[in-house]
Amino acid sequence: MKKEEIPQDNGALGKIAKELTYVVDENGNYSTGQSTGWEVKTEALNVAWQDVEAKIEAAKQKVLSGAASPILYFMEKKIMDLNILASYTGYWKWTIKKHLTPTGFQKLPENKLKKYAALFEVSVEELKNPFKQSE
Amino acid sequence: MELQTSNFKHLQAAHCENGVTTALLGHYGVHKLTEPLAFGIGSGLFYIQLPFMKVNGGPAISFRTMPGLIFKRTCKSLGIPVTRKKYSSRQKAMADLDERLAAGRPTACQVGVFYLTYFPKEYRFHFNAHNLIVVDKQDDNYVISDPIMEGLVTMNSYELERVRFAKGAFAPRGQLYYPGDNLTEATDEQLRRAIITGIKRNCRDMLHIPGSFGGVSGIAYTGRQIKKWKTKLGDEKARSYLAQLVRMQEEIGTGGGGFRFIYGAFLQQAHPYLKNDELFDISKQFTATGDKWRDAAIQASGIYKGRLNTQADYDNMGDRLIEISALEKQAFQQLKALIGKVK
Repeated sequence: MKKEEIPQDNGALGKIAKELTYVVDENGNYSTGQSTGWEVKTEALNVAWQDVEAKIEAAKQKVLSGAASPILYFMEKKIMDLNILASYTGYWKWTIKKHLTPTGFQKLPENKLKKYAALFEVSVEELKNPFKQSE
Repeated sequence: MELQTSNFKHLQAAHCENGVTTALLGHYGVHKLTEPLAFGIGSGLFYIQLPFMKVNGGPAISFRTMPGLIFKRTCKSLGIPVTRKKYSSRQKAMADLDERLAAGRPTACQVGVFYLTYFPKEYRFHFNAHNLIVVDKQDDNYVISDPIMEGLVTMNSYELERVRFAKGAFAPRGQLYYPGDNLTEATDEQLRRAIITGIKRNCRDMLHIPGSFGGVSGIAYTGRQIKKWKTKLGDEKARSYLAQLVRMQEEIGTGGGGFRFIYGAFLQQAHPYLKNDELFDISKQFTATGDKWRDAAIQASGIYKGRLNTQADYDNMGDRLIEISALEKQAFQQLKALIGKVK
């Protein structure tokens, strides 16, 4: 890539820092330049976030219809999966799978609810009723 | 920002581990190293698509060597002692860091990016192989040299502890690492040997890795896979997969397209040590493949933005990777022949 070809599009990172890239002059000699972002990359990131949003929305519907516990919703919201959730909480994956069901969730003692709430950065009240404000 | 305990010079880099390696070794006395030299000596260029693994529901593709190897290999080939520690105790992990900072010794940490407060939200996924250098502590605030950023940033002790103990794949477990104190400047002969070792190892990794999904043949493997994605996965998922490929290729911490340019710069910077003019020609070949990776990303974006959607568009995308595979194979073969002749 030549220095004058460095993309200067809007990028999420460009808002806080320009990215360093290695570029060539007309003789092929390398130096560095900075980029504010590249549309192609920004769009790829957008697609990833749309996937995340879709998963969150699907989880929300499951919780509302009683097919899953609010933990599923918050797990998707924090872009976690079973593995990550297991390592942050210290619970086994099969234990978390139980907590992901509405019946398993109802049986959770206060201290475990607190643990999940702290991890998801919400109050226990919000953990139990995640969509109260939005309804 | 005024530093109290050390005169650390922040260095912005295209890739975090190169940057940490270069800035840290520079601080402790090896000034001849540049980001491209560290990348080349550490044999950072790589490609692999892990066939049975998924990352965020998409293909697991990496354009880099295993995290930590660039620093380890660069230090090893320059005969620099390295200390690397992981912790089970958070208190001990923070106390050890504090002790080094109080003694004016900047120290590198592996961290997760999900809770990195100074990163834009859009970049915060659970990616745990990010590297930064902690250079100073002022009250409860740590001064941080993150090679991706233009200048120094800060995090308080709670925030730093949280990213040092991020969980998930490649969990850093409080990992910190540093070279010995007061290093002696590398000699030209040392650098020459290190460059030769780095190039040989990179040729081996790209040309002779067993199996069909790593190295240059791995690029063609992905190319062939892409041609099947539309029918196999359906439009929506195929688009997500392509977006993931581009993210792995272009994003901070992984940045594969840009890696070809860093490697091109490395070969030019290796010239004073190896004194072989063919290096310039091979450097140009890597510049060309880097450009082709970027062109391929534009083609991919046409698909994931929904502008392109026929099987022919996927075939075109796959063919681009197959072409890149052949070009990189050629470049590495030429490099291997060259390095075999260098004494």
